[in-house]
Amino acid sequence: MSTNQQPVFIALQANNDTLPIIEAIQSDNPLAVVHEYPAMVKIDAPGRLVIKRTSIEERIGRAFDLREIQINLISLSGELDETEDEITLQWRDIP
Amino acid sequence: MSNPQSPPKKLTLKENYALLTRGLGWEPSYEAQDDIFPMVKFEGIKIHDWEKWEDPFRLTMDAYWKYQGEKERKLYAIIDAFQQNNGQFNVSDARYLQALKVFITGVTGLEYASHRGFNILGREFPGVGPRIAAQMQSIDELRHAQTQIHALSHYNKYFAGMSEFPHMFDRTWYLSIPKSFFEDAVTSGPFEFITAISFAFEYVLTNLVFMPWMSGAAYNGDMSTVSFGFSAQSDEARHMTLGIEVIKFLLEQDPANVPIVQGWIDKWFWRGYRLLTLLAAMMDYMLPKRVMAWKEAWEIYFEQNGGALFADLARYGIRMPKYWEVTVKEKSHVSHQLWCIFYQFRHAAGFPVWLPSEEEMTWLSAQYPDTFDKYYRPRYEHWRELERQGKPFVNATLPQLCQTCQWPLLFTEPDDPTQICYRETTYRGDKFHFCSDGCKDIFCDAPEKYVHAHLPVHQIYQGTYFNAGVNPGAPDFNPLVEALKYMGINPGVDGGDFATHVDAINWTRWTNKPANMHEPGAQGLGAAPKDKVG
Amino acid sequence: MTVEIRVQTVKPVRNTFGHIARRFGDKPASRYQEATYDLQSEVNFHYKPLWDPDRDLYDRRRTAITMRDWYALRDPRQYYYGSYTMARARQQEAADRQMDFAEKRELLRSLPEATQRAIVFGLVPLRHYEWGANMNLCYIAAYGYGTAITQAAMMSTMDRLGMAQHLSRIGLLVDGNSGASLAEAKKFWMDHAAWQPLRREVERLFVTRDWFELLVAQALVADGLLYPLFYQRIETYLSRGQGPGLATVIDPLMRWYEETAKWVDAVIKPVIAENTHNRDYVMGWAEKWRGAFLSALTPLAEATMGPDGAVALKDVNAELGARLAKL
Repeated sequence: MSTNQQPVFIALQANNDTLPIIEAIQSDNPLAVVHEYPAMVKIDAPGRLVIKRTSIEERIGRAFDLREIQINLISLSGELDETEDEITLQWRDIP
Repeated sequence: MSNPQSPPKKLTLKENYALLTRGLGWEPSYEAQDDIFPMVKFEGIKIHDWEKWEDPFRLTMDAYWKYQGEKERKLYAIIDAFQQNNGQFNVSDARYLQALKVFITGVTGLEYASHRGFNILGREFPGVGPRIAAQMQSIDELRHAQTQIHALSHYNKYFAGMSEFPHMFDRTWYLSIPKSFFEDAVTSGPFEFITAISFAFEYVLTNLVFMPWMSGAAYNGDMSTVSFGFSAQSDEARHMTLGIEVIKFLLEQDPANVPIVQGWIDKWFWRGYRLLTLLAAMMDYMLPKRVMAWKEAWEIYFEQNGGALFADLARYGIRMPKYWEVTVKEKSHVSHQLWCIFYQFRHAAGFPVWLPSEEEMTWLSAQYPDTFDKYYRPRYEHWRELERQGKPFVNATLPQLCQTCQWPLLFTEPDDPTQICYRETTYRGDKFHFCSDGCKDIFCDAPEKYVHAHLPVHQIYQGTYFNAGVNPGAPDFNPLVEALKYMGINPGVDGGDFATHVDAINWTRWTNKPANMHEPGAQGLGAAPKDKVG
Repeated sequence: MTVEIRVQTVKPVRNTFGHIARRFGDKPASRYQEATYDLQSEVNFHYKPLWDPDRDLYDRRRTAITMRDWYALRDPRQYYYGSYTMARARQQEAADRQMDFAEKRELLRSLPEATQRAIVFGLVPLRHYEWGANMNLCYIAAYGYGTAITQAAMMSTMDRLGMAQHLSRIGLLVDGNSGASLAEAKKFWMDHAAWQPLRREVERLFVTRDWFELLVAQALVADGLLYPLFYQRIETYLSRGQGPGLATVIDPLMRWYEETAKWVDAVIKPVIAENTHNRDYVMGWAEKWRGAFLSALTPLAEATMGPDGAVALKDVNAELGARLAKL
């Protein structure tokens, strides 16, 4: 697990489809801060941010493919790792 | 073969992608590898194992078509609705439209050039993974160029200065800045191109173009552009991950690559930063409802974000880009300096220009407490007074351009904002001029490349800037008027003062709203209404 | 289009962009037109390409073909990015249903052992042919002239990757997702005597430098022989008496080919019609590569269809001949 605390972020379009995704992210990332801008939501977190498929599915009421996030994604920072179950953004350790 | 009794194995995303993609390529037997991939050695970059390339997004084509198709469906539904409802009349005021002109004339050409640049990488990189990544980016950039055109198409039907966008891109004096930027990238080798664009531009700097800009579009009621922007930006997330992946791949393949890549990072950070000066002026001066100041955007998206990125890359021996401290010193100056230039040369621009109102200067003061009132307010107040006296200031000569970035030499010394920054060098008996140490260094590292640059102001002075069929020897030949026509600018119509511009007049007539919300009484001061269209 | 604002009517000042109006008149333009025409820079280039210093960034001289207007190579499908991806998404949805059905009902895994082996030998290695075609169409997109042909070539590049991945999925339907079929197919592509002549021609295409010759060789001639041969004749042969399982999964490939052939013919016709110099080049290239690919496909036709192979190849060659005569 990286100890690098440099900020990562994800930015999503602010619409009906992203409400459950944003809620899921807040629930799974207690240190994340949500900023609202016109038509956009930017979520900052120190070091690491994780998006869990099951957390979204709980809120959305159907099966969810994490790749669907691409439809409403605006931008992100940090190194991305993607599996069926989780998307993780984080910076690796500085040696 | 396989046993029909046992069920097929369930594949993870990673496994599925690997099976469908890795192994598609092969070692050639009948033609030499170097003949098939002739471009990958001349830059001195050493790649030992193309298979080490990691694909962060792992998009198979079926998934690409599915998700991109979905995005396009949603985007075009919004564009159609915008057109049907004449959404162009809902933006904050007609000054906002002028920013769109800079967008379609300056940015659309960049997207197209980027597309063509990635076409080259899509063929010339030996590895399957990087080739596919480049091909997907290529087609994404085509998407951006085309969705921009479509998003702005409806505006073109009503407002001036957009109709000749591709013609202008190749000829207009301030558009040689974006044109030369991307042509520099595409004429470089494939590794420099991907470092320049995927990393320096798409990763380090792209947020500065889209995040505040698209928020600005939303603030100013431009649903078409904001939809385009956010939809395009989701592709950028993939491009950014390509950028960070490629830089790490190059750095990890061989230590000999590190200094080459550092040199490219230095060059392209600086060229990209200079290009973005256009955005600085748009954010601070052209958005009637402002989102944030350039200074603040630079602090968030470069100083903080970029700081985190380069801290991460330090383990490879990469440092912050050369002259980054200059960008921090300049952040409180560049937008104002640029707007002053556009004001002075407004008769030669493809869009009208205006002076900031008292209310806007209050905002600028607050955003730039150390610089605005001291260096720039006095200029605007002086020009405002001249306008009141009926003697509006216009710069009657042509600006000296920087040989590298092609901006007019409008930037000041990093430590002295009262002195224009001039740098020069002599090469093969000719003197070349630059706006900064950054641009001079770029030239001096590869002078044979930059001597060919097509500088529009030089071309005007050399007498080449007029259309076919025009006689420069004729007694009534007006070189400036003919140069504007050559550039695709309608003299006396497209540029000039905002208050009397055809867009402002038409806006008020069509919407019954002020063309400039900060100066509601200003339209048509002393001028007859413009019934002439186009 | 007009709109009512209070009692005023607001007519558009102009109907489209200047360059579009100069071509087609001042009337509303299609999305394809606005997205395509005159988008590529043609003048005032700033620097010589380091990778081709005797030419400009975009240069007409990269092919022997000459055109007054390269935008004559318009796409009859009118694909710009949006219409392209939306069309492919729809087509892919249909193909996915066919593939899911084939997987659920084990249509390929329940075929006789010999047929499964024949699929892995005779069809799955074509995923590498498709990857080669991806490289070649990308070359055309990279070095071609004008947005009309280069954008279509780039879309075709992505299509070839899609076809390669589709053929990979067919292999996985046979081997139950173990990937063994893909490894075997690659060995055939690399080492089996019957496949080498085709692989040799594909590698020769990789070093063909005239981008229009490459278009003729790959998209007109090679595909024009190979698709009808493998995905109609050979598929029918392998499927005889076995039901429609194989045909179900091969069908998307033929549909794609038929759609693409329309584009290929539509861009070659105006080139031939432009002048005799072009005509001579195109016909010369077509005959040269036709001979090469006919030779290359002969051992494969025989290895997959036995004595029926030569007849099948003769038939598809005659069809190609008829198509060439119409251009």
